[in-house]
Amino acid sequence: MKKLKINSNTLLLLITIVLFIVMYAAGCIVYASKGFTHLQTFLNILINNAGLICVASGTTCVMLTGGIDISVGSVVAMDCMIMAVGIERWGWSSPVLMLFILAIGLVFGLVQGFCIAYLDIQPFIVTMAGLFFARGMTAVICKDQVSIVSDKIFTALAGYKIELPFGGYVNKKGTMLMPYLRITVIVALLVVLAIFLMLKYTRFGRSIYAVGGNQQSATLMGLDVKKTRLKVHMLASFLASIGGICYCLNTMAGTTQQATGLEMDAISSAVIGGTLLTGGVGNVLGTLIGVMINGTISTLVKSNGKLISSWSNIITAILLCFFIVLQSIFARIKEASK
Amino acid sequence: MEAGVVLKMQGICMTFPGVKALDNASLTLKKGEIRALMGENGAGKSTLIKCLTGVNKFEAGEIYLDGFDGPIVNKDTMDAQSKGIATVYQEVNLCPNLSVAENLYIGREPLTKLGTVNRKMMNKKAADLMRELELDLDVTKNLEEYSLALQQMIAIARAVDMDSKVLILDEPTSSLDDREVEKLFQMMRRLKNKGVGIIFVTHFLEQVYAVCDGITVLRNGQLVGEYEIAELPRVKLVAAMMGKDFDDLASIKKEGGSDRSNAPVYLEASGMSHAGTIRPFDLNIRKGEVVGLTGLLGSGRSELARVIYGADRNQTGSLKVNGKEVKIKNPIDAMNLGMGLLPDDRKAEGIIADLSVRENIILAVQAKLGIMKRIPMAKQIEITDKFIDLLQIKTASRETLVKQLSGGNQQKVILARWLATNPDFLILDEPTRGIDIGTKTEIQKLVLQLADEGKSLIFISSEIEEMLRTCNRMAVLRDGVKVGEIDENDMTQMGVMKAIAGGEHDE
Amino acid sequence: MMSKLKGLTKKQLFLPVFSMLLVMLLNVIYDIACGHAPLTFFTIAVKNGILYGRLIDILNRGTEAAILAIGMTLVVSSSAGTDISVGSVMSLYGGMCCMLLAGYGNVNVSNYAVPLLVGIGAGLLTTCVCGLFNGFLVAYMNIQPMVATLILWSAGRAIGLLLCNSQIVYVRVPSFQKIGGYVGPIPTPIIVAAACILVASLVLRMTALGTYIQSVGINKKASRIAGFNSAKIILLCYVICGLCAGLAGMVATSRIYSADTNNIGLNLEMDAILAVALGGNSLGGGKFNLAGSLIGAYTIQAIDTTLLSLGVSTAQSPVFKAVIVIMIVVIQSAPAKEFFKELSKKRNAGKGAASV
Repeated sequence: MKKLKINSNTLLLLITIVLFIVMYAAGCIVYASKGFTHLQTFLNILINNAGLICVASGTTCVMLTGGIDISVGSVVAMDCMIMAVGIERWGWSSPVLMLFILAIGLVFGLVQGFCIAYLDIQPFIVTMAGLFFARGMTAVICKDQVSIVSDKIFTALAGYKIELPFGGYVNKKGTMLMPYLRITVIVALLVVLAIFLMLKYTRFGRSIYAVGGNQQSATLMGLDVKKTRLKVHMLASFLASIGGICYCLNTMAGTTQQATGLEMDAISSAVIGGTLLTGGVGNVLGTLIGVMINGTISTLVKSNGKLISSWSNIITAILLCFFIVLQSIFARIKEASK
Repeated sequence: MEAGVVLKMQGICMTFPGVKALDNASLTLKKGEIRALMGENGAGKSTLIKCLTGVNKFEAGEIYLDGFDGPIVNKDTMDAQSKGIATVYQEVNLCPNLSVAENLYIGREPLTKLGTVNRKMMNKKAADLMRELELDLDVTKNLEEYSLALQQMIAIARAVDMDSKVLILDEPTSSLDDREVEKLFQMMRRLKNKGVGIIFVTHFLEQVYAVCDGITVLRNGQLVGEYEIAELPRVKLVAAMMGKDFDDLASIKKEGGSDRSNAPVYLEASGMSHAGTIRPFDLNIRKGEVVGLTGLLGSGRSELARVIYGADRNQTGSLKVNGKEVKIKNPIDAMNLGMGLLPDDRKAEGIIADLSVRENIILAVQAKLGIMKRIPMAKQIEITDKFIDLLQIKTASRETLVKQLSGGNQQKVILARWLATNPDFLILDEPTRGIDIGTKTEIQKLVLQLADEGKSLIFISSEIEEMLRTCNRMAVLRDGVKVGEIDENDMTQMGVMKAIAGGEHDE
Repeated sequence: MMSKLKGLTKKQLFLPVFSMLLVMLLNVIYDIACGHAPLTFFTIAVKNGILYGRLIDILNRGTEAAILAIGMTLVVSSSAGTDISVGSVMSLYGGMCCMLLAGYGNVNVSNYAVPLLVGIGAGLLTTCVCGLFNGFLVAYMNIQPMVATLILWSAGRAIGLLLCNSQIVYVRVPSFQKIGGYVGPIPTPIIVAAACILVASLVLRMTALGTYIQSVGINKKASRIAGFNSAKIILLCYVICGLCAGLAGMVATSRIYSADTNNIGLNLEMDAILAVALGGNSLGGGKFNLAGSLIGAYTIQAIDTTLLSLGVSTAQSPVFKAVIVIMIVVIQSAPAKEFFKELSKKRNAGKGAASV
């Protein structure tokens, strides 16, 4: 019994990694003709999901404390709208707007975190209210779709390609195409790295794990649980704002219906990546793999061509369900072996 | 403070709303001493500990700690810890998902120049500490990979490393097996030799005599006495805890009641058990018989009853009711056989606090009828009024929320809930705890009356006197094992206490 | 006087009734400010044989939220968590029902492919299965209610979309539109809502469901000792919630006689949860008051209608609702309650000192 206890958490992550490899390999075999084997396809998954990676990193931190944040998708939408309207209607410059958005993220997280940590309200209720608030604010700011065209810095950032010196291929016309990345990917990977180091090597990071492991113990060991929970919600909203900027650099527009269900992708990425819903166990690198799995699913659905896009939602939900049930079963075995 | 004394608590008083939890309680702990703090449920052990660690605010009394001039008052556990008073609880209060080293140093990790956690240094310090305490384990592994006993010792190690002068161990052995307990004792003795004063809260008599130097006994929030281990043999300890002076253990004869030894057997349990709480036991109960389950807290007296009722799952053996073999998986199965259980924890398992007196009383009858057959309101009122009248429940109205009633009346409401089902067999687990004398006698009378009506009962109480008055027969439990039965003729205070204390020949 | 007022605020229906009155007052003030007759809000007129008026509109539009509130109240009471999948499940009902009625792949029909009742029955069955799924995860797998229902929250709409092949399926048959239309002068949804409320209150009156749910919600352990099977009760509540979502979906779908899966029931989970909270029920489970939730549901619709007349669009109104939810839960939260207690204690102490 003890062996299983050791492995149940690592086992979840192992299943995830195997799943990713199998899925990607299957894609390579079935859709080889559609360029699935090219390095660029892989990089495109990263490019398309750069925003999600940032958002999911924050969600992972919240979930590590045993909480949850479902407002992040709407926060991304609000950020995009502020960005678009800010540039096109208010005439602000994009760097100022970015700072503004990050500040909004912090304040948003502060309010949510205060309600959750200090007023002891269920995180789900608070962040659901946050979800609707941010989504509604998006419509309050502007009801229409606004495309970003006029800010030079922003369009330059969005259009900048970082070419890799290897892995290129020759297309039908005979030109050599080198694989490339976008700035957003660099930002996302830096976020992952920073969160990884933060979780592993700082007191704040370790207290996140402690709070998730056993809140009562954490209190008795002298950690400020409330402050940790407040800070982690601020972090999540802050990262959601960074994600929002990345997302906006990808879409170059603000609409009211943007990023619907992104919170779901973020949560499922974290869960699939081995973060326990009960908190205390998980890793931001696992979440990265979770995002890649989600990305691979939608790429596979797109490559098929015949399947409609809601299939990727359904498959993600099934995967999420599978992992949640698996976690619950593992938890029960652990309980029984005590 | 006298030389050699590390902690002195004097005249501590503390009231919870309506209850005097501590009344002039005291405790003295010497350097390098292991002192057992003993007492039955409600004696005030945990309240006293909480006053010491700052969880509870006490109203009167002083606490003196070695190294501090004048009395101290702790704001909270952290404050107590910083003064050198550390507590290790029964439930290991560490984080299972962190490494051993982190559990030892979280919140006070060694840092690098960059302000990040210096894991290397932390692991080295942890490994050194483990070596010093002769614990053989890998500090980089997660805590949950080690047994509960080792986790317990890691918790102690954490406390000790913070330069504690006083270490409080609150029932640390409840979930450990014999070998693990021995390891824990070794560690306690090592700490003792280093001069740490240890307060050991437990209800296992064997363990007290195996490791402790002194005993402090509390009863009803008052200090009974502080003894050296040699001057207090087991029987005297049990007597002290249960509220009788050893010298005047005059036998109290049962008043009324009649012989049931020829009545037909109602219930026959053979080899039933539940892992971790009660070892396999046999028990017969006749019609109209009141069987007492006696033993100290944690001896398995409640657990035995719970297994019969299906509140805890029976894992071995079989149960016959009226001669027929039955399977009870859930309380509702037991109820359909005519059983009822009044649990010992009234708040957690008895009352539905936010429902009215009426709803609480009809609950069990309703459960037996099923969800589709709602008892008509007129009938509900009839039942409720009948029992309010019969048991003299003091309530403003039948629609008053049960949480607004006093403890004794809440208990009566739960009794009414079971009486309304007209049971053949009723288990009463500590029905008189924490309620006033008047209600106590009423309940005792009721028990005898029910037995006269031909109902069988199990009666559990930590007051021997009360048991002697009501029971036809008693089963004695010790450390999760049913060790014997005492029949009517041998039922004296002295006899029962000896049976509870067990295993001693030095009288 | 003060004590009387205090007794009033302690009554369970105080919060929903008070907020309802507040919204009405707001409307009256608005009407006066705009130069309408002061009681425009309450006037009901008959035009072309159909009832008109803002009140009728609120009753009509509030149907979905009211039906959802019934199921949500039970779920909150028994499991201390909310079912956030109801909006998606409504949309799934639309997808299932319209797909069957139109035949898979057709997007615009004026004849049924299968009888109407089969379509509705299959739709309701689907939503009950959804409830069963949610309930199983919560009651038997011990998963937090909101995480468990998160799965269908995301997948429900997607499956609905799948059933309709990602298109909006129109069923242009009068009998189908009738459910969202009128019976005589009265809007049918009002009748549906009334029927649902009637059935719910009859069930609560005739069976012991209410007692079961509340005792499980208040104290699971004690309920078990008293002979209740809490897992079964919780499962039942989720199935009922699924059925309610189906019925609400039925009304919503018939209103627009089409399966617009992207928009049916959008954000309605928020309304349902808000209705429960506004009805004076604790989101932490336990005792419930169905009448409160229902008044809460219609109050929210009144807020929506009022906001709309003030020029706030449907897309923007969630901002206000979110603020209201947060305000209610903050007031309900333990630290806030303690704060108010301290405050009144201080005030009383102050009074005592003054009188001396």
